[in-house]
Amino acid sequence: MGQLRLVHTKGFDVKIKRREFLRKSAMMVAGVSAAAATASVASLAAEWTAGLKTLNQHQAETLLRMTRQIYPHDRLGDAFYIKVVEDLDAEATAKPATARMLKAGVANLDRISGGKFADDPQPIQIVELKKIEHTPFFDKVRSTALVSLYNNKDVWKAFGYQGASYPFGGYVHHGFNDLNWLPEPPESASPKPA
Amino acid sequence: MTRYDTSDDSVVVIIGSGAGGATLANELCHKGFKVVLLEAGDRQSLQTFRNDEWFAFNQLAWLDKRTTSGTWRVAKDFPNLPAWTCKTVGGTTTHWAGASLRLQEHEFKAKGTYSNVTGANLLDWPITLAELAPYYARAEDKMGVTRTNDIPGLPGNNNFKVMYNGATRVGYKTVHTGRMAINSRPRDRRASCWQLGFCFQGCKSGAKWSTLYTEVPKAEATGKLDLRPGAQVLQIQHDAHGKATGVLYADRDGKHTVQKARIVCVACNSIESARLLLNSASSTFPHGLANSSGQVGRNYMRHTTGSVFGIFKHPVHMYRGTVMAGIITDEADHNPKRGFAGGFEFETISLGLPFAAAFLNPGAWGRDYTSILEQYPNMAGMWIVGEDMPQATNAVTLHPTIKDQFGLPIPNVHYDDHPNDIAMRNYAYKQGAAVYEAVGATRIIEVPPYPSTHNLGTCRMSERSADGVCNKWGQTHDVKNLFISDGSQFTTSAGENPTLTIVTLAIRQADHIAAESARQNL
Repeated sequence: MGQLRLVHTKGFDVKIKRREFLRKSAMMVAGVSAAAATASVASLAAEWTAGLKTLNQHQAETLLRMTRQIYPHDRLGDAFYIKVVEDLDAEATAKPATARMLKAGVANLDRISGGKFADDPQPIQIVELKKIEHTPFFDKVRSTALVSLYNNKDVWKAFGYQGASYPFGGYVHHGFNDLNWLPEPPESASPKPA
Repeated sequence: MTRYDTSDDSVVVIIGSGAGGATLANELCHKGFKVVLLEAGDRQSLQTFRNDEWFAFNQLAWLDKRTTSGTWRVAKDFPNLPAWTCKTVGGTTTHWAGASLRLQEHEFKAKGTYSNVTGANLLDWPITLAELAPYYARAEDKMGVTRTNDIPGLPGNNNFKVMYNGATRVGYKTVHTGRMAINSRPRDRRASCWQLGFCFQGCKSGAKWSTLYTEVPKAEATGKLDLRPGAQVLQIQHDAHGKATGVLYADRDGKHTVQKARIVCVACNSIESARLLLNSASSTFPHGLANSSGQVGRNYMRHTTGSVFGIFKHPVHMYRGTVMAGIITDEADHNPKRGFAGGFEFETISLGLPFAAAFLNPGAWGRDYTSILEQYPNMAGMWIVGEDMPQATNAVTLHPTIKDQFGLPIPNVHYDDHPNDIAMRNYAYKQGAAVYEAVGATRIIEVPPYPSTHNLGTCRMSERSADGVCNKWGQTHDVKNLFISDGSQFTTSAGENPTLTIVTLAIRQADHIAAESARQNL
């Protein structure tokens, strides 16, 4: 990240309706064929972008595709990346300078594309993003995605990260030393737990 | 709750409530001194800590703007965050990992031992290991360091099992769960370790020693401590004779207060301690308080660090359990045959998924990078902590134009890696990779340094007043009743985690202040 910043980690208390939609779209992308998923998501685009306050549908779609190229994970449905765009939209709504940066950044990507960045083949999108990777626009999208995506508890599950252990008394009785594919170190190096 | 009048000039003012400041406060309170402890941050507790990396970072870290320069990669990756230290009661002892190692004898004599390291501003400490040994013993007892005082070591977690097996297969001999100021058994009214895996985020079990719930409440119980959270010191004041008279601070509402003092002790961590002295310049001390040597802010050290992560075919779940309870000490000696002076330790380290994404290769994007994160459960990690060379030009200075919320210049932190640092890091990367490859790593990730948690040396102690800022007691050469009480005293960085030595020096400084006060010398 360009710099660690104060980050408002909302998003775990989102409205139930939105959660249902996200779950639906996440399962759809994860569970059906790629072609069907693309079509389904396209038909959902109007729905998810309708809730945005500052970015229009095209801008939102472009940022979604861009985010998927920055941190690509085939196992994750668009729903997780949509949250990144929602967080960008929230900041753009609060800060006009961010709104200007994002809109200009999207327009610039389309200019580099010579068409619509969002419609370009993925390997071409990577080439196009390489051309702007040192811009503040790119860094804004990347650093927002870094937190929105990897600080999402549903993403943690997909990556096998269990997060907070205090609620169940720590890992002391939940596998802190359950690795069994290597020999146990001697007690002189690793005493038994209390 | 004890409150001293701001005009009470019989108090000792200590600035900063971390390892140095709060330990000194507690020791002095127990000797009957009246202590005002000023802390810029707020007071948290076991209840308010959260097992959440980003939340805890925003809750505890010092986030005031700073700038960076120099060739170190931190300046590129984190241009406004050179250090990962804390602004909260307890300071960086809320965040530290607990590794508690004594400096080695030769590390006090870096100049004599390493001889001519070109470009290094090396100096021998004005004290020896033998002089510090009894104080180290007191610190280890106070902090409950495992493998001292008959305290058993911590049980190794999965990350340690990988380290241990790899290390012993490549021939390393001394590999164990470390000397940790984390309870392996209940002690000092604190629980034993729950293996939470969130040592860096404020230990919610309280097993890890932090001044927040040891030194501070113990000092409060004496009735001698006046702790003022939310008090950021802006300036140390002095009289016409060059004696410190008190400090000017701003409270949470920005209100300015002058607290008088008979003794002032600076323990703000190396960046802020140096900045405060520089910002306290006056007509008597035009280059900053206690800076006749010109050494205030210079010789900034941050340890030669880096991490090695390995990816394996089978699960590790490195994030479960004590983060740093694992050490290989075989590389800690000074062995110039390796191509560098000084030594280093390997210690286990882990990051949760959010911080793994942020730190494994800051700024990286695309499939090569995300394919690492996809294998997160099968990852093990170790940290390198080694001696870095002091350089006169590696320095904390006042920014020429940018001011903070109080109108004072922010600090710039300049750091160029010394060739010795680079040689050590590259060697350590190679050895760390060998450890993991010996147990089947399929991919090795060499991770660049994080923002510095070990900030050292900006007010170093020296025998001669021309070479440093304070003497062997932490007392500044220029201002008799002004003390440096944190890691900025370090003459050289040594290859050991610094907190135990900071606490040791604070205990010793308290004894000195008491003795000198009894002799009417202070």
